[in-house]
This record gives sequence, C-alpha cells and structure tokens, in this order.
Amino acid sequence: MTNEVVILTHALSKSYGRGEAVRGLNLSVGRNCITAFLGRNGAGKSTTIKMLLGMIRPTAGSGTVLGKRITDAEANRQMRQRVAYVAEDKPLYGYMTVEQTINFARSFYSDWRIDIEKKLLLDFELPANRKVKSLSKGMRTKLALLLAFARHPELLILDEPSEGLDPVGIEYLLRTLVSCSAEGVSVFFSSHQIAEVERVADHICILEKGCLLMDASVDQVRQSYRRIDMVFPAPPPEHEFRILGVETIKTAGRQMSIFASRNAEAVVERAQDLSAVSVEVAPVSLRDVFLETVREN
Amino acid sequence: MSLFSKLAPTTGQPLYLQLMQQIRHAAETGALRDGDQLPSIRTLAEELVVSPNTIAKAYSELEHEGRLELRQGSGAFICVKRRTRSLADQVQASRRRLRELIEQLREDGLLDEEIRRAFEAELVYPGEMVRKR
Repeated sequence: MTNEVVILTHALSKSYGRGEAVRGLNLSVGRNCITAFLGRNGAGKSTTIKMLLGMIRPTAGSGTVLGKRITDAEANRQMRQRVAYVAEDKPLYGYMTVEQTINFARSFYSDWRIDIEKKLLLDFELPANRKVKSLSKGMRTKLALLLAFARHPELLILDEPSEGLDPVGIEYLLRTLVSCSAEGVSVFFSSHQIAEVERVADHICILEKGCLLMDASVDQVRQSYRRIDMVFPAPPPEHEFRILGVETIKTAGRQMSIFASRNAEAVVERAQDLSAVSVEVAPVSLRDVFLETVREN
Repeated sequence: MSLFSKLAPTTGQPLYLQLMQQIRHAAETGALRDGDQLPSIRTLAEELVVSPNTIAKAYSELEHEGRLELRQGSGAFICVKRRTRSLADQVQASRRRLRELIEQLREDGLLDEEIRRAFEAELVYPGEMVRKR
C-alpha cells in the first residue's frame, strides 16, 4: 500500500533564463503518507509544485501525478479533479464575500462535502459576510484551506499552508491534515517551518537550490541521526573518524564534535579505542538535521 | 480519553516506539486492563496530532508482541495474557540462578539443611543474619 506512489518525477528541471530553479529532481511520494517538502525560501518548492500541477512547463524531465503525465493537458485536467491544491499566495477574489467564495468553489467539484465545509467555517471562525479583500492574512489562509479540505481528493498538495496562522491555527491545520490522512488522503505539503512538520510527517524531502538533498522516513532520521561530542587526552586525528555516515567533523583542540547520519556506534567505538575521556551521544532534532544538511551543501 | 501524553519529537526515538512504551506501561501498571479497548487509529492520531501511520505502526508492532489484539472493524484491545507468560519465563530464569547459587554454597561446604535455614531466615527476616554476625 505504501509502496504505491502518488507523485513521481524523473530528472525534472526548470530554468528561467540562466537560472535553474529546479535541477534534475527525482521525487517519489508515497500513497497514504504525509510527506513534508522542506526547503529554504527560493529553494524551488513552489516551482516544483506548479510543475506537478501543470501550471508551468518543465524545461526538461518528466513526471506523473496519480499516474497522469504532468505535461499532457487532458491527463492534467483529469488529475486536477482528484487533487486539491492550496497555492502559496492563496489567490482568492477580493470582491467576493467568504460565503460567495465557498459557493463559487463548491460548484466546481463533485467531491465537495457540505458537512466538512460547515464544520470548518465554524472552527475557523470565518465571517461569512466579510469581503475577502478585508480579511487578514491568517483568515485568507484559513479560507483557502477550507476550500481544499471541504473536498475529498485522493491527494492534497499544500504550498506553505501555515503562512499567517497563529499557533492555534497551526495546531488546527495539523489536526485537519491528520484527519484527512486517516481518511486515506495522501498529503504533500511544503513548509519552511520544521517544528510543525516534525510530528505529523511520515516522510521528509529536503530541497536546496533546486536539488533534492534528503528523501527519508522521519522514523529513520530520528533513529539514526546523532551528534557525538568527545573529549580526548590529546588532539584527536580527524581521519580516524571519516567513516560511512559521518557527515561533519569539527575539532577544537582536544574536543571533537561529529554529526552523523548513521553509524554513531562505530564513532563511539573509535573514540573509546582512542581513549576518549568523555563521549556524549545526543539525538538530533529535525531542525538541526535540516540546518546541517543545508549548510553542508 | 487522554491516557497517552503528547509524543516528543526530539528525543531521537521514533514516535511509534514512544507510543508503544506508553501503551506497555499503561498495561503493566494496570491503567489498561486485559480486554480494554484503545482509541481508533484516527481518534488517537487526531488527539496526539501525529500521522495515522504512527499509530497504525505502534498498534501492529504491539500485536506482534502479543500485547494487543486487532479485531477487524472493531478496533484494538489490550491483551495481558502474554504478560503472565513472560512472568513464567522470569521465574524459570531465577530458578536457574538459584540452582547455581546452591551449587556454589555446597562447594563452600554448607549442608543442604544449613542452606535451607539460611534461605528461610533471609526470606522471613531479611538482614537478621548479617546483624548476628
């Protein structure tokens, strides 16, 4: 079940003039999973998402969403019926009221669920008669989310869904993502807020300068990434620690700090062989993994 | 039901393992008893705000351990039967250790009768022998 993919790309690339926004991206997003698409501002997340949805054309490479080729217009139209999308800039018509916007969106989709619409309208505390142009940023986000969540798509693609939301709003958003996932909706969402991703994501993909730096299960990251801080009786030889899984080594006199993506036990063993005075192994938060991975690059 | 506390994302341990520990602990302390029903995957996922796959994985691993019974369509139920079996294993292991100790005491020259008295005294009046000496 989880082996099945909802998004698959092969060497997907996009250039604007000389600049390459996305470079040879091989992405594979599993069905029935919550996948977080992390990256700094300008890493190429939105460009990738827009290519997946057929809104911009790739310069090179190919991809499918729900098995439909992203560059085929007819296939794309069929795919969009089964995918709900919340865009980064949350485009809505300013002259419509909240209620009019909802009625307008409802008329497009056969998978619309009135019960969810009503519930979200209440939970989000959205003023039905207020014009969209006078909504706060957070409220606009909530309305855009409502339009996506009120459907029952196979795949939910969200571009920076937490923008402008306060902590209560974010918690509610995450809970709603979890409910969708429990109903069998696959979720793919981009974010640069790692703390919010940490609990709900099954899988993370890290994009930096248009390249995929990491594609891993969150369980795996939690279990294998470690920081090992050591003190030796004499300045330790760095080369002894250049082994599989060791990503960075920092040495300052008799102290050494290692960031390892796996094989922490082997590092500890070496440290003991070199008569380390102190060895401390600490888990690494997803935030640190992200920072280290991006910095290294 | 808020039997389970929020899972900590930064402890370096997968969330499903943390949840498994919480459920095991609840069963061991009697907070959950044999036959008690656990919340559905969806309910618990929403309550803890974690991926439903995290809950599903914890439940299925606990089922493998025999601590949980998953009934199709009706949910997950606590099984304490396996606990009694593991208790039996512990008793077996301690008897092996006792046998070794007795063997040693005999080698030290103590008679079986003396060993028995020593054991009884230690069980009934722990520490008494030491004081006499």
